[in-house]
Amino acid sequence: MVELAGRPPASSEGYRRSHDWRRRLPERIIGFSLLLCASASILTTVGIVSVLIFEAAHFFGQVSIFEYLGGTRWTPLFASKQFGVLALLAGTILTAGGSMVVALPLGVLSAIYLSEYAHDGVRRVCKPILEVLAGIPTVVYGYFALLFVTPLIRGISENVAVFNGISASIVMGIMILPMVSSLSEDAMRAVPRSLREGAYALGSTKLEVSTRVVIPAALSGIVASFILAASRAIGETMIVTIAAGQNPTFTLNPFIPIETMTAYIVQVSQGDTPTGTLEYQTIFAVALSLFVITLGMNSLSQFFVRRFREVYQ
Amino acid sequence: MAAIGPTEFTQGMARRKWRGRAFHGLCLLAVVMALGMLAVLLIYLVLQGWARVNWEFLTSFPSRHPEQAGIHSALLGSIYLVIIAGFVAFVLGVGAAIYLEEYAGRHWINRVIQVNISNLAGVPSIVYGLLGLEIFVRSLGLGKSLLAGGFTLGLLVLPIIIIAAEEAIKAVPSSVREGAYGLGATRWQTIWHLVLPQAFPGILTGMILASSRAIGETAPLIVVGALAFVPFTPDSPFSRFSALPIQIFNWTARPQAGFHEAAAAGIIVLLVVLLAMNAAAVILRNKFQSPPEG
Repeated sequence: MVELAGRPPASSEGYRRSHDWRRRLPERIIGFSLLLCASASILTTVGIVSVLIFEAAHFFGQVSIFEYLGGTRWTPLFASKQFGVLALLAGTILTAGGSMVVALPLGVLSAIYLSEYAHDGVRRVCKPILEVLAGIPTVVYGYFALLFVTPLIRGISENVAVFNGISASIVMGIMILPMVSSLSEDAMRAVPRSLREGAYALGSTKLEVSTRVVIPAALSGIVASFILAASRAIGETMIVTIAAGQNPTFTLNPFIPIETMTAYIVQVSQGDTPTGTLEYQTIFAVALSLFVITLGMNSLSQFFVRRFREVYQ
Repeated sequence: MAAIGPTEFTQGMARRKWRGRAFHGLCLLAVVMALGMLAVLLIYLVLQGWARVNWEFLTSFPSRHPEQAGIHSALLGSIYLVIIAGFVAFVLGVGAAIYLEEYAGRHWINRVIQVNISNLAGVPSIVYGLLGLEIFVRSLGLGKSLLAGGFTLGLLVLPIIIIAAEEAIKAVPSSVREGAYGLGATRWQTIWHLVLPQAFPGILTGMILASSRAIGETAPLIVVGALAFVPFTPDSPFSRFSALPIQIFNWTARPQAGFHEAAAAGIIVLLVVLLAMNAAAVILRNKFQSPPEG
């Protein structure tokens, strides 16, 4: 604007054209650069998928996919190599399932308390404090699981191994608890007041309103929070690496050392496995399986939110 | 329908009320247990590690002797990593958010990117490590360097920054833009001089939260090749590195109790840093929450 002030336009048509050009070119360049920034997130996804598939393809060139998906022994680092991912999958399912046993009841009951019972002031203090649990780095939980929870459990029963699934499960349950409680509470608070008031007017107690009106109305959000929390537990790495062991076992016994898919990737990464070897490619095959499972669960949770959302006017 | 006498009704009501109170207690117990576990965790850590937290601990290199071990190189590594990751994520994330909110409109690419971002946010962090290992460490030849680790963490926190920046830009009222356009400003002039300054506190809050996520990440750094024993200060972006969570992991995995104390002390330092960052984010949000005049 300023630079134009002292310069009378020769003709309004010529001025408009040169002015347009000088204003539009930088705009175009900026718009294009911003598009590049936005495409970085797409490129990340493309990068992840292609890297995993590329390396996993090499792996499945040498190991049959049926052996991988059907075998129950996982010994790629030993002399007699076996590639049955079920041994790792069992560890993942055991720890993730165990963590849900802790997080589901505590999370849903906390959500009901915060949404239905607590005063506004209590809720505003408690919710952020609960969410602190989700912000603590996972390596801290790993420390807590191995050095606090495991000795506690071994104090109860001598038969529990130093590395075991149960203490990893309990601590992981604490970690994902705020995910269940916060998201469920959001869903419960989205249920309109009029529904509750209708039930109270018919003589319901608070328990009846909570369990027969609020929870059914918020069910899609609650289920979505379960699935998200489970998916987070499946992808969680440090707690299970530190506390659950490095011993792939096809078992659901929570008292013996096991190994999850994520812990296996860490185990191989810590060693100096030369690139291009079969051992190196196994971590990409395992990571691809992990990626497919978590992606599927996240999509399922989004589907639940969209498909079953009760829309209130 | 059988009529219910007054006695049955009173008994039934008493039972329902008793159940209600029990349920109330159960819900309260759940919250107390959750908060209690947080308290136990924090108290246990302080008891284990407080004695080791001092200036010497912050300025010593790791050592074979637990009582001499410190977090100097790990702390520096974490700081450098967060700077690199923050820079990458800030540039890409804010650029992407501006594009999505101000340029793309209802274009199909907007929807594709939105779906993509929400999916990326759910990818386990260790998978990002494999991406970093294959792309940054190997294909781009950065080696197991600070740059490779920082870029990996940058991509990891990218969704957080994009989402926060989008929210902040969305909150700027459209009357501001219309006024600027009405005066003949171009789209970029409007964004640069009016939209971004108003959205800045929100973007900065997202930036701090993303950094606090990056600073606590362990798994992707192990995969990218962070070292547990770094007896030197990283002197270039291509230097090998350690990070605070890596150091904590390494000490936790050792059998000696002395290293466990050092790990607890490292955790205290890490949590204090995180607490400070989150407090800054909260203060910032409260300070700028007054509605912008528009």
